[in-house]
Amino acid sequence: MIDVHGLTKSYENKKVVNQVSLLIKKGTFTACIGPNGAGKSTLLEMLGRLVPYDEGHIYFEGDELRTVTRSTLATRLSVLKQSSQLSVGLTVRELVSFGRFPYTKGKLTPHCQAVINRSLAYLNMTDMQDRRLDTLSGGQFQRAMIAMVLSQDTDYILLDEPLNNLDMHHGVQMMQTLQNLVQDLGKTVVLVVHDINFAASYADRIIAMKDGYLFASGTTNEVITESVLSELYEMDLDIIEKDGVKYCFHYK
Amino acid sequence: MNIDTFNSKQVDKGKKVNRVFVLLLILLTGVSVFTGIHDLEITHILRMNEIQHIVMYSTRIPRTVSLILSGGMLAVCGLLMQQLTQNRFISPATSGTMASARLGVVIAVIFYSHESVKYQTIVAFIFAVGGTACFMLFVRSVRNKKALMIPLVGIMFGNIISSVSTYLALQYEVVQQTSTWLQGNFSLISSSNYKLLYLSVPLFFCVCLFVHHFTIMGLGEVFAESLGVAYGLLETVGLIIVAIATSAVVLTVGSIPFVGIIIPNLVALKKGDHFASLVLPTALSGAVFLLAADILSRVLIYPYEIPISVIAGSVGSVVFLYLLIRKES
Repeated sequence: MIDVHGLTKSYENKKVVNQVSLLIKKGTFTACIGPNGAGKSTLLEMLGRLVPYDEGHIYFEGDELRTVTRSTLATRLSVLKQSSQLSVGLTVRELVSFGRFPYTKGKLTPHCQAVINRSLAYLNMTDMQDRRLDTLSGGQFQRAMIAMVLSQDTDYILLDEPLNNLDMHHGVQMMQTLQNLVQDLGKTVVLVVHDINFAASYADRIIAMKDGYLFASGTTNEVITESVLSELYEMDLDIIEKDGVKYCFHYK
Repeated sequence: MNIDTFNSKQVDKGKKVNRVFVLLLILLTGVSVFTGIHDLEITHILRMNEIQHIVMYSTRIPRTVSLILSGGMLAVCGLLMQQLTQNRFISPATSGTMASARLGVVIAVIFYSHESVKYQTIVAFIFAVGGTACFMLFVRSVRNKKALMIPLVGIMFGNIISSVSTYLALQYEVVQQTSTWLQGNFSLISSSNYKLLYLSVPLFFCVCLFVHHFTIMGLGEVFAESLGVAYGLLETVGLIIVAIATSAVVLTVGSIPFVGIIIPNLVALKKGDHFASLVLPTALSGAVFLLAADILSRVLIYPYEIPISVIAGSVGSVVFLYLLIRKES
């Protein structure tokens, strides 16, 4: 469980995240939505302790996040930021094996190899494991990064726009993979996502951010409503329901 | 494909490359020891007369050993700096490290006479750390880590520091004593003044100790932090390793350009960017390169010598240009 109280972060006197309090329960799939510049990514970075927070507290499984040691945190929570394609001459397998670093500090045990193989297979990257990262397409690279996070084998996984660079097919596949992680392996996934319909179709809970404030949070059904979304994005939109899933039409 | 065969294949390939370099190293070590003005050939090895004995142990062996150690260390330092800055064109010579160490030597000579190796070492080391830290702070403030602008700024920074050294050396009339450090030269190495280079052995083990940390740091700070690597701390460790090694090389043989850039880049072209598997081949090929350059410098205008920095510089600049053009395209 991640328990957030009054979290605030300022950059140059502007509060990019302002008094945010929320609760992320273990074993849930949470999507964080909101307009550009709402503070979603900053919130995620603070949850993953990539940037320090100015005020407030984050309790990670009961401990103040600041007090958790670096190496313990790396075995319990992984975070993947939006990354421009690294043009490094590493193979996919080498990248994925970095995920085992928090456990064995570089030495790869048979257990590590097994986890790496499993992670590669989970993302359909087994055939591509010898390819160098700088020869991959944007979508393949994104999947290699997710496979790396997977091999880190943490209970909590934070992802910043993992659907970037993915086409429809791979986008759906990625969301299904993440959903499986939650449902089959009991992981807790939080992701920042721009496509509301992906959030509505797969996430259990939704956090909506606007201007640094927590605008709304709750189950998907509670947040994906015309009134909430039209105010959040300041535009007119329609919600329709098909097979029990809500979809948002916002193209006109 | 079967994973086991995949892994063992990789390892075999790596071992093969290393074996080639080890063989080359042994061969060139032999050539280097038996190259020189004094009549000393491999056939004499079992029945050396007194003079041959002195030549062997007081100049030939020290020279060869210092070539191996400084070549290996400079190449590994370059590799480490490139890893820590995520820029392929950073090395002790293009980041102000060498120039700062030299400035330290000049200042030590001015204030504590030129005999005191101890003070020279300490002052050179402090300056090298300071200069490199300034440069690293600059690199941290640049968004695009791959920019060619970064090494260019480093070269300018180094030149500014060098001009200060030259000015001080002229002003205090110590040009004579300090000129050796401006140009790399192995001809003055003897058994009495090369021992500082043995520092590179423990430093090399330090690099090996943190090799996996450094490997991950090559992907950037955010990436490393999220995997539990204390980025800032290890960056400092790396910086200190580079500063000590560079100071030791500058004090013993002077500055040698390009080894720190071209060797790691050429090795990486062949073997990819996995730092952990690059350290050993980089060290070996750095040593091989410097041995070869030194043998050339001794035989080209025999019985005279060309300073090794001239050879390393002319070969290095061609390869450097090739790497630059290759990167641009």
